[in-house]
Amino acid sequence: MKLTFNAADERFREDIASWLQAHLVGEFEHLKFRGGPGDEHMFPEERKRWEQELAAGGWVGIGWPEACGGRGASIEQQVIFAEEYARAGAPGRIGHIGEGLAGPTIIAFGTPEQKAKYLPGILNGTEFWCQGYSEPSAGSDLANVRTRAVRDPDSGRWRITGQKIWTSLAHESQWCFVLARTEPGSVAHRGLGFFLVRMAQPEITVRPIEQLTGTSEFNEVFFDDALAEDLVGEPGDGWRIAMTLLGFERGVSTLGQQMQFQNELDEIIRIARSNGAASDPAIRQRIAEAHTGLRLMRYNALRMLSGDERSGPDSSALVYKLHWASWHRNLGALAMDVLGPEAELLDGAPYELTRLQSLFLFTRSDTIYGGTNQIQRNIIAERGLGMPKEAKGR
Amino acid sequence: MEFRLTDEQYMVRDTAQAFLADASSSGQVRRAMTAARSYDPAVWQRLCTELYVQAVTIPEAYGGLGLGYVDLAIVLEQMGRKLFCSPFMATVGMATNALLLVASDEQKQRWLPAIAEGTQTATLAWTGPQAARAGGSWGAEAVSATWTATAEGYQLDGDLRYVIDGDTADLLIVAARTPGSSGSEGIGLFVVPASSAGVERQWTPTLDQSRRLANLTLRGVSVAADQCLGVAGEGWPQLQKILALAKVSLAAEQLGVASEALDMAVNYTLEREQFGRAIASYQAVKHKAADMKLKAEVACSAVYYAACVASEVLAPDGDVNIAAELDEAAAMAKGYCSDTVFFNAGSALQLFGGVGFTAEYDIQLYFKRAKASELYLGNGAAQREQIAAMLLDGESAQ
Ligand SMILES: Cc1cc2nc3c(=O)[nH]c(=O)nc-3n(C[C@H](O)[C@H](O)[C@H](O)COP(=O)(O)OP(=O)(O)OC[C@H]3O[C@@H](n4cnc5c(N)ncnc54)[C@H](O)[C@@H]3O)c2cc1C
Repeated sequence: MKLTFNAADERFREDIASWLQAHLVGEFEHLKFRGGPGDEHMFPEERKRWEQELAAGGWVGIGWPEACGGRGASIEQQVIFAEEYARAGAPGRIGHIGEGLAGPTIIAFGTPEQKAKYLPGILNGTEFWCQGYSEPSAGSDLANVRTRAVRDPDSGRWRITGQKIWTSLAHESQWCFVLARTEPGSVAHRGLGFFLVRMAQPEITVRPIEQLTGTSEFNEVFFDDALAEDLVGEPGDGWRIAMTLLGFERGVSTLGQQMQFQNELDEIIRIARSNGAASDPAIRQRIAEAHTGLRLMRYNALRMLSGDERSGPDSSALVYKLHWASWHRNLGALAMDVLGPEAELLDGAPYELTRLQSLFLFTRSDTIYGGTNQIQRNIIAERGLGMPKEAKGR
Repeated sequence: MEFRLTDEQYMVRDTAQAFLADASSSGQVRRAMTAARSYDPAVWQRLCTELYVQAVTIPEAYGGLGLGYVDLAIVLEQMGRKLFCSPFMATVGMATNALLLVASDEQKQRWLPAIAEGTQTATLAWTGPQAARAGGSWGAEAVSATWTATAEGYQLDGDLRYVIDGDTADLLIVAARTPGSSGSEGIGLFVVPASSAGVERQWTPTLDQSRRLANLTLRGVSVAADQCLGVAGEGWPQLQKILALAKVSLAAEQLGVASEALDMAVNYTLEREQFGRAIASYQAVKHKAADMKLKAEVACSAVYYAACVASEVLAPDGDVNIAAELDEAAAMAKGYCSDTVFFNAGSALQLFGGVGFTAEYDIQLYFKRAKASELYLGNGAAQREQIAAMLLDGESAQ
């Protein structure tokens, strides 16, 4: 076991840190610490320009293979990148769904033509993606997708009809990857396809959904015979591809997220020290618990990324989402309790939240999206501990 | 950055596992619990000759294996899984560290080889009755035995409590203070053969019968000058390190206890049927098990991180920046693992239903060990208060 990075990795750390210091200035200065969870609706145009700045520096898709336009960066370097990015307060990524989900999926399952068509737009920071999985009747039970895909017998192209919901950043994206049923009458995970769909077409309607924060980061998306640009894999491969993609979701990017968590915890500690909450024994316990939880989250991630498999394949990965999501949700509540009555006061009317109020509200979604806490526990019990699968109603 | 076990370390684990499967069955643990010494000397000798892990952290120059704290943690984790009754925790997980950290080269030459050979066991005797104040006060104020300088060396007097294997250990690492001193002032560390004149030892029956505690009384025990470790009167910083290392040892063992309790519960619930199906198929049971699993995984990360830090502390050329994290890493590991071990053992007992309340089923033994080790050197809340003080009470913010 080794806890330190080697010299080459430390040089890489200096590279990215100094690049960020030199570029996160001028028109981008005010984006520092903005656009993270709870703030994702802010400054979309400026943040898209920032994505292009980042791309020009060669910092998008660093973990992708070189043959696909990436840097083939090692896990260590990806960790370092994510850490330095968050440490510098660089803005929340608006391209993360393309870079972290769509891109890797196309790299893993796409044809050479598809790679040539989609990867450059992601790598140069001009094309943004959203994830069309959930539907009104397919939430935790994702396999219950009802959106249909029908192949036009003349053109051979697929057309999509149905409704997606909770689609984050659909209003800021040129592309959506859509899970839809290719086999009429099929049920559950059989008969699904994984489609790449251009958002700008009259057959697609995007309707923002107002969140409890008063802002709208996610949407309803209606497809009315919309044209799918491409099918990835074969009809029927959709579930396998979708599941592989969910594996990408818990990759290295979560380490950058931890650096942002650290920023949040630091702010809470600062407030506790200045308003006297730091002398309340119950608050002291919770702050120490939060600090411990975050450090251990990091060690858990490092263990996961180092491929430690002593307690069964993937066991540190299986618990990862449940751990960070629950931790973050607790942090949001702690922030309010440290503030006391001040927690009630908004930045302004009509509903301008402070950063910590936003944190408090938004962290309630952490334990819902990407597999709820209950679903995570099912997965841990079934895959991690070999306990029986849940009974199904169909 | 390689935060996983090496192939050699997997071998250490597998060897320990195989040995314990044979040497620490339920029947063997129960016999040891009621035996005169609380462990079987023959099994201890087998461990010392076949595995030689009592020498794991002792440098080769003193007859040891010269491995790091990660290897020690691996062994302790496996011993926790099987509730192995032996002087290993006291000797290797606690007392040996004192010699490694503080002893001079001559002192190491004198005391370490016998431990490495398995001919001597040792323990750490440092608290007086004050350790029980306010539900557990394991800081400098708990040191209450006294030392005074004499013509030949030192004289030790006073009561020492909660000494693990204190009734059987051959060698005592004793902490004492100058009469009238308080807090971290005046503390000295001494190596005292248990056979020294004036040492009285009394076994104290314990809730967790798989681990013995004893009360020691020192009455005018005289020790030579070369039995003092470091500088008498300036021992607190060293004792603090020894205690932090002991917490890492306990945490590693707790990880094993917690993981085994989870496995036992899962296996039982898969077999036991009610309402026509395995109780493991009920979501309330699955989700409890998932929470136990999460804690065990996070505890594993906590233990092995702290063990990496501890390795740097003990290594002569260890990384000083990493070594500086010892207090924090140890408090986090002991705090998280203490909560985890009690949660897992308590939850497991519940999942066993009525049989969990019987003497016959082993889960009760894990449950008792869980509470005992949770409280030893401070429970989760005590560790968190230590961390809170680091975060909140200093001059600078962070
Ligand atoms: C902020 C946010 C952003 C999102 N972004 C996207 C996006 O970009 N793209 C996308 O496709 N989706 C997105 N989602 C949707 C998200 O993935 C779903 O909300 C989630 O999967 C839960 O589905 P549901 O809302 O239908 O809840 P339901 O599945 O109806 O769950 C309701 C409750 O029942 C519990 N429950 C359900 N099934 C079980 C079971 N088997 N056992 C025990 N308990 C159960 C759940 O845990 C939950 O507490 C987003 C959601 C949020 C909140």
